[in-house]
Amino acid sequence: MQHRRRTEVITEVAIEWLIRLCGISAIVFVFGIFYFVFREGSSYFFHGFNIKEFLTSIEWFPSSESHVRYGALALIAGTASVTLLAMLIAVPFGIGAAIFISEFCNQKMKEFLKITIELLAAIPSVVWGFIGLTVMNPLIIKLTGAPIGLNVLNGGIILALMSVPIIVSIGEDALKAVPDSYREAGLALGVTRWQLIYRVLLPAAKNGLLAAVLLGVGRAVGETMAVLMATGHAVKIPTSALDSVRTLTATIAAELGEAPVNSEHYQVLFIIGILLFLLTMTVNLAADLIVRGIRSR
Amino acid sequence: MKASDRFAFPSGFLVAVPTALLAASLLLNIGCKREKTLKKTIIQNSGSDTMVNVAQAWAEEYAKVAPDVSVEVSGGGSGTGIAALINGTVDIANCSRRVEPKETEAAKKNSGKEPYEFMVGFDALAIYVHKNNPIEQITLEQLADIYGENGNVTKWSQIGVQMPAGADEIIRISRQSNSGTYFYFREAVLGKGRDLKLGSRDMNGSKDVVELISKTPGAMGYSGMGYAISEVKKLKVAKKKGDPAYEANVENTLNHTYPIARPLFMYTLGTPAGVVKTYMDWVHSEAGQKIIATSGYVPLPKP
Repeated sequence: MQHRRRTEVITEVAIEWLIRLCGISAIVFVFGIFYFVFREGSSYFFHGFNIKEFLTSIEWFPSSESHVRYGALALIAGTASVTLLAMLIAVPFGIGAAIFISEFCNQKMKEFLKITIELLAAIPSVVWGFIGLTVMNPLIIKLTGAPIGLNVLNGGIILALMSVPIIVSIGEDALKAVPDSYREAGLALGVTRWQLIYRVLLPAAKNGLLAAVLLGVGRAVGETMAVLMATGHAVKIPTSALDSVRTLTATIAAELGEAPVNSEHYQVLFIIGILLFLLTMTVNLAADLIVRGIRSR
Repeated sequence: MKASDRFAFPSGFLVAVPTALLAASLLLNIGCKREKTLKKTIIQNSGSDTMVNVAQAWAEEYAKVAPDVSVEVSGGGSGTGIAALINGTVDIANCSRRVEPKETEAAKKNSGKEPYEFMVGFDALAIYVHKNNPIEQITLEQLADIYGENGNVTKWSQIGVQMPAGADEIIRISRQSNSGTYFYFREAVLGKGRDLKLGSRDMNGSKDVVELISKTPGAMGYSGMGYAISEVKKLKVAKKKGDPAYEANVENTLNHTYPIARPLFMYTLGTPAGVVKTYMDWVHSEAGQKIIATSGYVPLPKP
């Protein structure tokens, strides 16, 4: 081998570092974002912020003249209710679709379905919100007799449609990871297809499927634009699926633009951001640990 | 041999990047120089969020009338605009209320000049319902009972309106809690200090309010009168029970009989001169007043 020139050695080292930097940039960004979000909200968080009111009161009056109150319980309940309904719809459909794609389809159908489902994931959230506002709203009024169609049901259906693609693609991967020897062993014992799925595949792939569901939950909790447009944006603890609600994310989107920078209101919106960040991080971390659980076995 | 192969890409890359940067900076330089040769006079204009749309429309139209003057518009709220005027950072402040005495004092102390007032138009908030709703008029007291905190009206039947079965609940449509329209509605209907009832559907724009009402039979909401569409109905508004109710239109706004309307102002520091004066004259001209009408507000009465 030829003797390397000095510049070449230096360039190689530089390039190596550049690539290394690209590799760890995600970590830098995650911590950077957490740091900045926390910094924006921190001075009020440590001085004067009433965390008990924030978590237990439903009174959200950020611009009251007489008595400003920052109770986010109704917003938390809004996020929880919409996410719950979305998962009630998306999990059976998503897992069902994953099973169909992984176990029942021929190759051609499989490709077609996967591409279509990916297309579903590519629809921008504001378009979903638009559908909720203009198509689902009158439909829900007509079908259920509710006075207004912008409610938990509307937001839940929209969010379900948005999280199904994630659940399907990760769920399908989990089912694909089950070794074929399991299927062969089951078939050799003379089980039906249903028994094979229910008794062999689902238990074997349960960690991956759970991770798929949790990532779907993360998607639903973090979604902003679609729920802002579809849920009615009303501060209220829902008592039925036909009540309007307001979610944490939608509150930030609606109010941050006009809250004076560094005011209390502005900082409280950032504290909501921290809450959301912790929420989605916990969900994603749980999903990750569960997936790791499958791999190590 | 392998080593030289691996370096073929990076060394080319290392030359390409500085060249590109150099080219880009040259282009930017040329761009800047071209800007400077035009020598535009800049008028800084900021303040009321309610007026930011019409102020922007004026600025854009004025750029066609006087290409050598550029009006830069920003929002931030009426108070922010006046504060900036006092500090001398803007030439014109937009304000959806009259300037307060303490602001005049501050301006005098700071610059020796008083804010000079121009009334440029009016903003009337219409109360909208679905076009099939039988209601025709409403009083400010009823609005306070419907919208105000601790107000006890939640159903149409409580204010004597017969709605089809299942639509008796009043679906309150409001605005996000820091929009100028929200503040004005709260003050005009509830007075100072009282809050709006929670649970209203808070929309993010004047147009969204009207569109949602057009699709919701039991809804009621407030928005600028210029946002009316054919699927909604504007209610006549009376101050209190027994008083005559007035329609939200230009005439009733100008003779002050419609109760939820306010004048819109622009302020300069001292009597304006030069380009600022020319601009304010243009705003008051027929062309300028036509823009305030098309932006959904009420123009000044014709002299």
